[in-house]
Amino acid sequence: MELLIELSQVIIDRRPRKRQRLGWDVWPENPMKLQDVDGYIISDFSLTTNRTEQWFCVLLVPARAPQQIGFLYPDSGIAIRRSCKPFRVPTNSTQRSLSLIPATRIRTIGTEVQKLTGASSILPPSPSLPLRVEVPFIYLFLYLSSLHSDPKQNLIRYKLFLSGGRLEVGFDKNGGNKRRYKNEERFVFVPNDPRSLMKLNVEFKNIKGHKFSKDGSKQALLNLTQDPEKGTGYIFEFDNFTDRNSCRDFVGRVLGKLQSVPGRPNEQSVPEKSAGAPLPEQLSAVEMERRIKLLREDSELLRLHKQFVLSGVLTESEFWATRKTLLGEDTTRMTKQRPGFKSAMLADVRPSADGRTNKVTFSLTPEIIQQIFAEKPAVHRAFLNLVPSKMSEKDFWTKYCRAEYLNRTRNAVVAGAEAAEDEELAVFLKHDDILANEARRKIRRVDPTLDMEADEGDDYIHLPDHGILRDAQKDTAETETEVSRRTLSQDLNRHAAVVLEGRALDVELGDTRTVAEALAWSKQELLSKEKSEENVNLEKQEKVARMTELEDLQAPRNPQYASLCIKDPREYFDSQQANALRALGGTEFGTNSLDLNLSKEEVYRHLKEQISEAKSRGLRNPIIRPDTALKVFSGLSQHLSSTRFQLGKNSQESALDRIPHRTKDDLMHHWTSIQELLRHFWSSYPITTAGLYNKVQRVKDAMGQIYQKLQEIKESSQSDFRHQVSLLVQPMLQALDAAFAHYDSEQQKRTAKSGAKPNGYVR
Amino acid sequence: MASAPSKLYQDDVSLVVALLDTNPFFWAAASLPFSEFLHHVIPFINSLLLLNQLNRVVLIATGTSSCGYIFDSGDGNASGNSNAVCSGIIKKLEDFVGKDSKIGKGSNGDGTRPAISSLLSGSLSLALCYIQRIFRSGTRHPQPRILCLQGSPDGPEQYVAVMNSIFSAQRLMIPIDSCIVGAQHSAFLQQASYITGGVYLKPQQLDGLFQFLAAVFATDLHSRNFLRLPKPAGVDLRASCFCHKKTIDMGYVCSVCLSIFCKYHKKCSTCGSEFNQVAPDSTIPDQKH
Repeated sequence: MELLIELSQVIIDRRPRKRQRLGWDVWPENPMKLQDVDGYIISDFSLTTNRTEQWFCVLLVPARAPQQIGFLYPDSGIAIRRSCKPFRVPTNSTQRSLSLIPATRIRTIGTEVQKLTGASSILPPSPSLPLRVEVPFIYLFLYLSSLHSDPKQNLIRYKLFLSGGRLEVGFDKNGGNKRRYKNEERFVFVPNDPRSLMKLNVEFKNIKGHKFSKDGSKQALLNLTQDPEKGTGYIFEFDNFTDRNSCRDFVGRVLGKLQSVPGRPNEQSVPEKSAGAPLPEQLSAVEMERRIKLLREDSELLRLHKQFVLSGVLTESEFWATRKTLLGEDTTRMTKQRPGFKSAMLADVRPSADGRTNKVTFSLTPEIIQQIFAEKPAVHRAFLNLVPSKMSEKDFWTKYCRAEYLNRTRNAVVAGAEAAEDEELAVFLKHDDILANEARRKIRRVDPTLDMEADEGDDYIHLPDHGILRDAQKDTAETETEVSRRTLSQDLNRHAAVVLEGRALDVELGDTRTVAEALAWSKQELLSKEKSEENVNLEKQEKVARMTELEDLQAPRNPQYASLCIKDPREYFDSQQANALRALGGTEFGTNSLDLNLSKEEVYRHLKEQISEAKSRGLRNPIIRPDTALKVFSGLSQHLSSTRFQLGKNSQESALDRIPHRTKDDLMHHWTSIQELLRHFWSSYPITTAGLYNKVQRVKDAMGQIYQKLQEIKESSQSDFRHQVSLLVQPMLQALDAAFAHYDSEQQKRTAKSGAKPNGYVR
Repeated sequence: MASAPSKLYQDDVSLVVALLDTNPFFWAAASLPFSEFLHHVIPFINSLLLLNQLNRVVLIATGTSSCGYIFDSGDGNASGNSNAVCSGIIKKLEDFVGKDSKIGKGSNGDGTRPAISSLLSGSLSLALCYIQRIFRSGTRHPQPRILCLQGSPDGPEQYVAVMNSIFSAQRLMIPIDSCIVGAQHSAFLQQASYITGGVYLKPQQLDGLFQFLAAVFATDLHSRNFLRLPKPAGVDLRASCFCHKKTIDMGYVCSVCLSIFCKYHKKCSTCGSEFNQVAPDSTIPDQKH
């Protein structure tokens, strides 16, 4: 019987296994498809801006087919490079893959978008008129990508209806002959509709690789990846597989040629954009992406953006100008949150065996590889040593998988024989010496005062009926070979350690080699740091001495401080009493209210008389007169209910917690809005240009509106909370008042200074 | 010092340590005669014992020269009907007052101005010691609290000792309740109740004292969570200077004894420390609110 092991894919699949989380950190894959469907489509769109430099996507939806309305998504040639994945679908045979959105669906989308953006009218006035939707570009994108994050939503399936186009990759299909494109350096996609923005003209040097669907699968796809780490690129869909294959072969050849030449640094190619919409502010795609990402991550920011930029109070650039630090490249990169390693053990790559043959297939993803490197330093070292000088990456992993398989099947004899034969394979089978060294080093660093005996009773492994089940068979520690002495608990511990260390690398997954090198580098750094800690040893010994010291045997430690000598503690009291008693509203204080004329003997005699009187009288019945008791009781209740709403009775409770949630949220929101506006207001002074003047006007008007709203909140709040709300609103109003006062005085100064029309005075 | 072992409370069982002011100078002039006062307090103690069979009440007398335990319901011989309790308390009180007057005579017999303030610090310390003893005996403890029935004015000379007791009570999480039966408020007890989370009350109508005691001070600590008890109007924690007793926002603080002055002094009048710094500008004024 022969054992065959094969890697499942020709090229190791570099994509993460499954994109489970399509959240903030993952750009939606393949958000849009572009299809051309002649006969149906009259749709058109363009990017325009309004006066506030806000980008709008204008969607025109056909009047001819009101039941089937296309939903448009702007070409990202201008803004979103990554979403540019044009498809070309044959014109006649596309009915099956064509997914049209019925008008009702569009209606829901429309209201959704409306809800999200506050866009005014989004539904067609009548079915016969073209639907013209103006949606702020950013929000459309946010909306679409948020749809993508929810896989249950079927809404994702709308597609772009653009007029047909033509892809020229070295050959012209329409010509019938496979005509070589003269220039092998670029590929061009020319849409049939000249108005379309979806023109592509990309240089091949920007293409890093290509992928394609299998022959006979549903669609004939060719994916030219631009940046393997980010998964950007261009996906083309062909009519048939022969076309695709010829195209693929060509691309493969060109890429092979290009990559054999030392590649030039990857320039970011932006697909050519049509000369259509004129844009006042040329934002690079990266810049735009960053802004969109920020808005997506920060709902507070999104709210402010919506409130001020959409309503035209602030322009896009003004809004972002105060947040330059957020947009700074370094910060976005530095604060990026990285997911850690999975806590599930994937230390063992599970082989999948199909029942028919003896083939066992292992599949490795970059994530798995990185984890293997982190958990098994020996493999990591071997990889650095062997790849690519001695063997290819594929061979290396094949060997690794083989070793894993042998380990798994616990075929000790075979493993031993194989190891003797093949020294590279032996690396994987041998006991990991790096791990052993590390363990020894760690043991040396263990606090010597640790009581190891304390949890000896927790060891259940050696008790009967206890142990660890692994792959449905008991993992016993006593096996003869060295290899299998690596027990599961050791593996578990190692894995736990790696997970806790986290992903220290700031390297994008992808190239295995770079990942391996970066890991090695970071480890060295760690090691050198540890070496410098050798001096800590002395300290540790001191600590041990301290810990083992018996308190009873030590001489009593005398306090080193001098005792405090206070001449007259009375002064402390006096200084406080005045305040304390003033607060209580007492009448007269001091110690002189006692009658000092009485002699001591007299007072003591009096007290004794009182006691003997009490003794002779005994207990009285009733203790207290009922009417007195009632009086006291009602007095107490009245007092308590009157102090109920007193402020500051509980310092822990914030005043905010007591007012209703709605009011609280409103107040908080207004406060952030005011802060934003005030920041813009004050930064506009001194007014030097007409632009600044206009801005101040706009900001002032917006502040006036908020002022009104605050007044309303104050007046509409319930009587119980009115006082607190007004206390909270007070500082906001003061801040606004100060701004208004400044505005008025500036205004007066201006008119006084230059009479009629000062410089830059624009009305 | 080893701290008390971890406390396991029985949340409905109370240990009430009541401090009884027996200052003869105060009672000689008080509007409420001492016998009347006892007629309110002793039934209150009885009712505390009736509230829960396991409740424990300790009575400590605060004299002018000494303090002493008067009554402990935990004593074996103290059990009995309310009349027995009453007569027991009165008998012990008689003894105590007699002893107290003798001590006072011994030390102050030469006719100089007598000490007229009660030894609040002493009785507070006794109460805390007693509670500590309870904490260290047995495994489950009643919830302790201290009730001060105070009439005589504060004794300024006890300031440090009283404050230390208050802070100890705060650390042990023992609330100090205060019921003022005299004419004046007590700054000490006001602070004590504020710091320890107890109730401070100065009944206006002293002939209904029992009603006040029963309505406000009888409930155990657990039940207090559900009751609305009189809250202090807030203690004025602003500082006032030692030299003029004026409330100040900014002043000079002695680095040794933390006395506060509104002006720069060469020498601290409280602890006698001499300040080397010549220029008053260079001393950092301490901001107090």
